[in-house]
Amino acid sequence: MKTSGIVAAFVLTTLLGAGASQAKGSTIKIGAIFSKTGPAANLGGPEARTLEMLVQETNKKGGLAGYQIELIVKDSGSSPEKAISFAKQLIEEDKVFAIIGPSTSGETLKIKAIAEEGKTILLSCAAAEAIVNPVASYVFKVAPNDSHAARRIFEQMKKMGISKIGLLSSNTGFGKAGKEQVEKLAPGFGIQIVANEVYEKEATDLTAVVTKLKAANVQAFINWSIEPAQAIVIKNARQVGLSVPIFQSHGFGNIQYAKAAGPAAEGVIFPASRLLVADSLPASDKQKPVLLKYKQSYEALYKEDASTFGGHAHDALLLLGKALEKAGALDKEKVRAALESLQGVVGTAGVFNFSARDHGGLGMDAFEMQTVKNGKFVVYSDTAAKK
Amino acid sequence: MSLALLFQYLVAGITYGTIYAIVAIGFNIIYNTTGIINFAQGEFVMLGGMIGVTLHAFVPVPLAIAGAVLATMLAGALIEMVFIRWLRRPSVLRLIIITIGLSIAIRELALLLWGEGVRALPYFTGTAVTSFSVGDVHISPQVLWVLGISAVMVAALNFFFSRTLLGRQMRACACNREAAQLCGISAKNMVTLSFVLSAGIGALAGCVISPITYVQYDSGTSLAIKGFTVAILGGLGNSMAAIAAGLLLGTLESFSIWVMPAAYKDVIAITILLLILFVRPSGLFGNAEAARLKEY
Repeated sequence: MKTSGIVAAFVLTTLLGAGASQAKGSTIKIGAIFSKTGPAANLGGPEARTLEMLVQETNKKGGLAGYQIELIVKDSGSSPEKAISFAKQLIEEDKVFAIIGPSTSGETLKIKAIAEEGKTILLSCAAAEAIVNPVASYVFKVAPNDSHAARRIFEQMKKMGISKIGLLSSNTGFGKAGKEQVEKLAPGFGIQIVANEVYEKEATDLTAVVTKLKAANVQAFINWSIEPAQAIVIKNARQVGLSVPIFQSHGFGNIQYAKAAGPAAEGVIFPASRLLVADSLPASDKQKPVLLKYKQSYEALYKEDASTFGGHAHDALLLLGKALEKAGALDKEKVRAALESLQGVVGTAGVFNFSARDHGGLGMDAFEMQTVKNGKFVVYSDTAAKK
Repeated sequence: MSLALLFQYLVAGITYGTIYAIVAIGFNIIYNTTGIINFAQGEFVMLGGMIGVTLHAFVPVPLAIAGAVLATMLAGALIEMVFIRWLRRPSVLRLIIITIGLSIAIRELALLLWGEGVRALPYFTGTAVTSFSVGDVHISPQVLWVLGISAVMVAALNFFFSRTLLGRQMRACACNREAAQLCGISAKNMVTLSFVLSAGIGALAGCVISPITYVQYDSGTSLAIKGFTVAILGGLGNSMAAIAAGLLLGTLESFSIWVMPAAYKDVIAITILLLILFVRPSGLFGNAEAARLKEY
C-alpha cells in the first residue's frame, strides 16, 4: 500500500487542487486490486508498479483517451477474502469506473459476481478460464488461458514421445485451475497422469513429493504454480536424481525464479508470453515494438526485469484506453460494449480479439514455448534441445 | 516401496526436521530466560537470510554470514532495549503481544527494504543440482551443512549454558528472577543477551537454510509456526529435545506424503501440536513437574 498510497494521495491532491478549473468528467477513476504481498507477491508487485508507471506517463501525455486517471491501488495480500472487501469498497464507496486485477485466479473468481452486480468493468490479470467462461458481461481477462498453456505443453510432449507424466500443483486458485485443465486435456493427447500431487503454497522443500514422482517412473512432469515452490521443486527433482524433462506452466515466466533455481532451471520447458524473449524476436514480429517499449521503460524505472505479469497490467490499461476512445464517452455500458468489440489490439501478452462470447481475447499463439539457457529465457527449439 | 525410496523419504524428513529444530532452538533460548515465546523469532531467521544475501553481493559467503549474524544480533539487542527492557513488571501476555507486533513490523520493513522477491545464498558446496548418492539415495550437500551447523550450534549452546558463568547466570534468571538479582546478576542484561543470542542463532539458521528454502520478506512466519510446534513438542526450553522433536515431525511429514496428498502436510504438524497441548503440555521430553513450577 505504501508507494501506491503515496501515488494515489499525490494524484488525489493534484486533482483536488486542480479540480476547480477542470470540467467535471475529465477524470476517470480506476481501481486496482493486486497481490502486492503474500505468496503471489511476484505477480502483484510488478503489476502494481507497471500500472503506477503507466498512469503517470499517461496523465503527463494528456490522459487516457483525454481523461486524467485517478488510480487507487489496493493490496489484497493474495487473499480472496480481502479481494472481496476491496472490490466492494472500490465499487460502492470509491465508485470507480473500472477495476484492474486481481492478480490471481482464486481472487478473481470470488469477485466476478460482485463486479457483474456492481456493473463495473473488471479486467482481471489472472489466467483461469472460469473467469470468462461462463461469460459475465462486465468481466474480462487479459492473461492467456490455462487450457492454451496446457495444450502447448501436451503438443510439445507428443513431439518428444512422452506419454506417462507426473503432475504437481500448488493448492492455490492458479494451481487448481491448471490441474483441472491438464487432467481434462491429457487423455485427448494420449497422455497418462501416473502421479498427481498437490502441495501447500508455502512449501519450502519438496524432496518427498519429487521422490514420489520418481517412484512412479514418470517420463516427464508438469509443475503448475506461481510460488517460490516452482523453483524449489525443480531443484529438489534434480537433487534426488529425477532427470526427466520438466515442464512448468506460464507461471514460471518470471526470471527471478530461474535465477533462484540456478543450474536446476536449465532446460525447463514452459509456455509463456513473448515479453520474456522480446529482444530475440524477429523484427517482423507484430508484438515486438509494444514489448520493447514496455520492457525498456519498466526496466529503466524500476531496475528489475520486466515480467509477463506486469505486462498484464499494461494490457489491461491499454485495452481500457482503446475502449474509451471507441465509446467516446465515460459511460460504463458503452465502454463495456466497446471492449467487447475490440479487434486486433496488440498487447504484451498477444493480439487481443474480443467478442460477446470471448472475453479473454487471446489465442493459442499468445504462448511461445520457451526454455532456460545459461540463466536466460530463450525460445525453445527442438533442435537446440537435442544436444 | 523399495528400501532406497524409504531412505529418500527419510532424508527429506531429516531436512525438514533440522530446519524446524534450528528455528525451535531460538524460541527456547528466549523462553529460558524470560518465560515468553518470542513470536518474532521467524523474522530473525528471515532477517539473517536477507542480510546475508545482500552482503554476499560484496563479500564471500562466510563473511556475509558472519556479517548477517552480527547485524541481526544487533537488531535483536536494539529490539529488546527499545521495546522490552524499560517495561516494569510486564506480564507474559503483554510481552507476547509485543513480539507479535514486532514480527509484523519487521516483516513490513523487510518488504519495504527488499521488495517481494525471493533470494538465496549460493549452495555452500556445489550447486542447486549437486547431490551425492549413497546407493540410490541422493542427498544435497546443503542438507549436511544444515545438519552439521545445527549440531555444532547445539553443542556450543549446551556448553555455554552449563559451563560458562554467563550461561549459568542466564539460567539462574530463568529459574528465579528475584533470587538471581539478589545474587548480583543483572536480570535485564540477561534478557538482552538472550535476545541477542537467539537473534544470532536465527540469523545463522536463515543463512544456512536459504539455499534450500529461499528467503523472502514473509518466509519467517511459516518457519516460526513449525519451529514453535517443534519447541512445544520437545518441551519448551530444551534444545536437545527440540532437535529430536524436529526430526520426528519432519520425518512424519515426509512419510505422510507417501499416503496422503502433500497439501495435508501442515495438518500433521497442527494435529500434533494440538494433541501435545491437550495430552502432554510439557512436551514429549519435558518434565511435567518442572513445567508446573514455571510461572505463567
